[in-house]
Amino acid sequence: MDTTPIINNFKSEEYQINMGPQHPATHGVLRLLLTIDGEIIKKVEPDLGYIHRSIEKMCERDSYQQIVHLTDRMDYLSSHINNEAVCLTVENALELEIPERVKVIRTIIAELTRIASHTLWWGVMGMDVGALTTYFYGFRDREMINDIFEETCGARLTMNYNIPGGLMFDIHPNFVKRTKEFIAHFKTKLPEYDLLLSNNIIFRKRMEGIGILTKEDAISFGASGPVGRASGYSCDVRKHHSYSAYDKVKFNEVLKTEGDTYSRYQVRVLEMWESLSIIEQLIDNIPEGDFFAKTNAVIKLPEGEYYQKVETARGELGVYIVSTGTKNPYRMKFRSPGFSNLSLLNHIAVGGKIGDLVATMATLDLVIPDIDR
Amino acid sequence: MSYFSDIYNGVKTLLTGMSVTGKYFLHSRKGAITQQYPDNRDTLKMFDRFRGEVVMPHDENNEHRCTGCQKCELACPNGSIEIIWDRQVDPETGKKKKMIDQHIYHLGMCTMCGLCIEACPTDAIKWAQNFENSVYDRAYLTRVLNKPGSKLMPGVED
Repeated sequence: MDTTPIINNFKSEEYQINMGPQHPATHGVLRLLLTIDGEIIKKVEPDLGYIHRSIEKMCERDSYQQIVHLTDRMDYLSSHINNEAVCLTVENALELEIPERVKVIRTIIAELTRIASHTLWWGVMGMDVGALTTYFYGFRDREMINDIFEETCGARLTMNYNIPGGLMFDIHPNFVKRTKEFIAHFKTKLPEYDLLLSNNIIFRKRMEGIGILTKEDAISFGASGPVGRASGYSCDVRKHHSYSAYDKVKFNEVLKTEGDTYSRYQVRVLEMWESLSIIEQLIDNIPEGDFFAKTNAVIKLPEGEYYQKVETARGELGVYIVSTGTKNPYRMKFRSPGFSNLSLLNHIAVGGKIGDLVATMATLDLVIPDIDR
Repeated sequence: MSYFSDIYNGVKTLLTGMSVTGKYFLHSRKGAITQQYPDNRDTLKMFDRFRGEVVMPHDENNEHRCTGCQKCELACPNGSIEIIWDRQVDPETGKKKKMIDQHIYHLGMCTMCGLCIEACPTDAIKWAQNFENSVYDRAYLTRVLNKPGSKLMPGVED
């Protein structure tokens, strides 16, 4: 008698695959453990720790001037804003009076950083969904900003231009001229972004209606930045808890209500226009004066706890310092936007296809060193 | 019906996008931003503030401005700078004075934060704009910044 069991070739079963840590769409070393059924995603488990450098622990060893350069290495695409966050926390704790010039220059460079980060994101996100040309156009425009940074700050990515109390050195004489050139250049290029990608029907069909995040979920997952604002959650720190020179400028908080990948895409593209308008308002009105406020060579914060949040290109970055009155912090904690935004990936990707996961992840705009620290 | 309008819109937006790329294709020489590195080494000039590596300038008498105060060593976040010093007799005054023996700089550990140069009270060290730092052995990246036989420039006090 034939005892061979009957094999049902059409039965589906769940199995697990790895995406990353070397996958091109994970932008670094993020490992996702996917439980899939065919091509439908049942579960997404991010596995972190591949680029952990214990920055928070190293901060406990360093003086407050030395901490600043470590934050360059967290979210390297908005390194100036990270520096600013630490410096603002220390300055608030010391109750230092910061010159107006410093505030304006910091704001201009922070907005340039935001544009640089968003252009890079735009190029890379186009490449993730299969439009290779965007990569070159995004990097072309970012190159001009990098040249501005290199001339004024001395480095293109990890600038370390802020020190507690102000700036390391004054802006370069060419800074204003170059920034104006960039604004004129970018105003002609930004409409091309829409022509090339935003209005493309193939791209829109790919993006619309997937990875939907509701406003309630955005709030409960702690989403911030463009991810939160695309779901209608008004969370712009620049608007609600103004710092530096943001109270002097007029700008709109870009809000969308759909919460899908396409609205997250739109929020970032529209934010570049807002950043341009902020720079335009400030670039002709840089006040004269000192570029730093004098601090002691050894900074000792008064005993207590200090918190300051800023809006990086990815969302809300919080810096929390516990000081015992010595020259090092007792505990330093960073609330990074990428970590909270990654936590909702499982929620919005389940039920979708693997291809949609790539598009969803691209619009979350993850920077892995920011998540791991 | 929407099937045909989708095809129409697809072709239309594709051509709109291709009009952008086509524009750059036809005017490729005008808007080219590509740098012909390394062929342009002779004309390539980095910005003055560019942080390449830390160097110690010497004048023609083989004299530098480092007094050995070790402020750069203290300011460095990751121990890239080591200063070996001892007290030597100053030939002018005859008193014993702190002088550097070796100012050791580990380029392989340096994060280019610039805190040492900010901290230096006598402007003894500064940034060089050299960026081609690849070597075959990492031991080459440890450099002694003061030249052999160099002395402290007279009149430099911290």
